[in-house]
Amino acid sequence: MLLLGAAFGVMTIAPARAEAPAGASACSGCHSPAAAGVAIPTLQGRSAEAILADMRAFRSGERPSTVMGRIAKGFSDEETQAIARWLAENDDAAPQP
Amino acid sequence: MPRPSRREIVSGLAAGGAALTFGAPHVLGQAEPHVVVIGGGFAGASLARALRREDAGVRVTLIEPSAQYTSCPISNLVIAGLRDMGDQQFGYDGLRRAGIEVVHQAATGIDADARRVRLADQSELGYDRLVVAPGIDVDFDAIPGYSQAASGVMPHAWKAGEQTLLLRRQLEAMEDGGLVVMSAPPNPFRCPPGPYERASLIAHYLKTHKPKSKLIILDAKDQFSKQRLFEAAWQDLYPGLIEWVSLSFGGRVTEIDPATKTLVTEFGSHTADVANVIPPQRAGAIAVIGGVADQTGWCPVDPATFESRLRPGIHVIGDAAVGGAMPKSAFAANGQAKVCAAAVVALLRERAPVVPKLINTCYSLIAPDYAVSIAGVYSPKDGLLTEVEGAGGVSPLDAPADARAAEAVYADSWFRSLTGEVFA
Ligand SMILES: Cc1cc2nc3c(=O)[nH]c(=O)nc-3n(C[C@H](O)[C@H](O)[C@H](O)COP(=O)(O)OP(=O)(O)OC[C@H]3O[C@@H](n4cnc5c(N)ncnc54)[C@H](O)[C@@H]3O)c2cc1C
Ligand code: HEC
Repeated sequence: MLLLGAAFGVMTIAPARAEAPAGASACSGCHSPAAAGVAIPTLQGRSAEAILADMRAFRSGERPSTVMGRIAKGFSDEETQAIARWLAENDDAAPQP
Repeated sequence: MPRPSRREIVSGLAAGGAALTFGAPHVLGQAEPHVVVIGGGFAGASLARALRREDAGVRVTLIEPSAQYTSCPISNLVIAGLRDMGDQQFGYDGLRRAGIEVVHQAATGIDADARRVRLADQSELGYDRLVVAPGIDVDFDAIPGYSQAASGVMPHAWKAGEQTLLLRRQLEAMEDGGLVVMSAPPNPFRCPPGPYERASLIAHYLKTHKPKSKLIILDAKDQFSKQRLFEAAWQDLYPGLIEWVSLSFGGRVTEIDPATKTLVTEFGSHTADVANVIPPQRAGAIAVIGGVADQTGWCPVDPATFESRLRPGIHVIGDAAVGGAMPKSAFAANGQAKVCAAAVVALLRERAPVVPKLINTCYSLIAPDYAVSIAGVYSPKDGLLTEVEGAGGVSPLDAPADARAAEAVYADSWFRSLTGEVFA
């Protein structure tokens, strides 16, 4: 246990995971990588470009949705780009530290 | 990491709360900051997880009396006989595996100046930042005649567990042709669409098993969440079964007689075969003890960091907090937790916290294959979380049956994603 404690101590020096831009941490409430096989499509493995294109299509209404249209309209294009980038870079972030 | 032993808690204490377990930070010449979290519900457990994910160099201790968490979301299905209680329950092993120290005790006191929390066994824990997430207490003083004892006869079932099962058993035991009476509280309260989801699913049970029965909702409000969607669906699915009595038509319950299961309103009285009283609520008692609740009974917070407006160094998230337009939901509790965790890490590391945006979505099941939702996006404005205009809103009133069915599937999906993120 002493070694484990020390390991955690060492980690304090390493930088933590990149700070999430506004709104990005909210997506995993439904799109959690920790839950496999659920009906809500996973965002794991998707590129920033693909996520951004979907979000734009939800926002304009071009792609019909049950809920994503209502959510996507709450973010500017700039905010959406930042979210898409962060999700693509941190898509393994949710299950374990 | 293992759960902390008594000795460890005491050694933390002896070190003046500076969190010196194992001496490792000493060796490195740098103390691990220590965050203590009170309450292991959707808010507190999410926050503990998010903190460890954000920065594994932060030591996190979660204080929660219960060894198992029982989820309120989807518990209305249990009441309707459509789901097992076991599927509502989650343990804390996943949190321990993530390096969180889980202490199964109640917090009984907070000394904000000394930065210490007292536990039920009289031990104390020091902290660098404290997060208070105790959820709600049912206000047993609000309706004359209602009390803890009365809830054994007329359950509230607004904290999931034995109360949920009691209401289920009473519905099962009721004869066909019986009268179910529910009372709904004034705003603000936990899960604004919850009473109406419950009424819908009880109606589903009655229609299926006891079709001569009736359900009356006595409401202390003139309007409720997703009202048009609920009313349209009730007309379609349960015609003549549910009667909603608004405040203006005498819906406010002024007195209760548990001996006869009678609910008295300004306009008359209703004697029930099964009564579900959902009383007014307030932040969990430890919030009052810790000085983070104001005279309204809730805890005002900064909308970007969820730091208490009343006690710096203490954050409040979940149902106990008020900071604007976000409803009290598990979805909101989880989202607030992630935002608060990022802010806590930023403050501990002396960085400026990000100005956040939050989402809320609440699904309501009106039948097992029929759900509607309300969504909102929120950001801080003039010191309050304010709904972003042009976004959010409810499911369309004229959606086809397959959209309702899809939302019922997504509701289940959401619940599994959420509980996976928090407890797995
Ligand atoms: C019938 C019903 C249906 C619902 N459906 C939905 C839904 O579909 N979607 C949704 O988003 N929300 C739903 N909700 C709302 C949701 O349950 C709450 O918003 C959510 O539980 C809030 O989380 P919390 O962590 O703030 O409080 P809680 O979940 O109540 O957790 C608080 C925890 O703190 C602990 N605690 C309290 N005092 C202390 C103390 N002194 N020391 C240590 N620990 C303490 C408690 O034991 C508890 O585990 C529903 C609620 C109800 C009643
Ligand atoms: C309330 C639950 C919920 C939240 C929160 C949520 N989503 Fe979704 N998401 C869905 C659902 C459901 C779908 C399927 C489309 C629909 O019916 O809305 C979806 C679909 C998507 C898709 C398309 C995926 C594909 O493979 O087709 C993307 C991209 C997406 N969401 C991104 C996001 C981002 C980014 C966020 C955070 C800003 C987010 N979602 C938040 C529920 C949610």
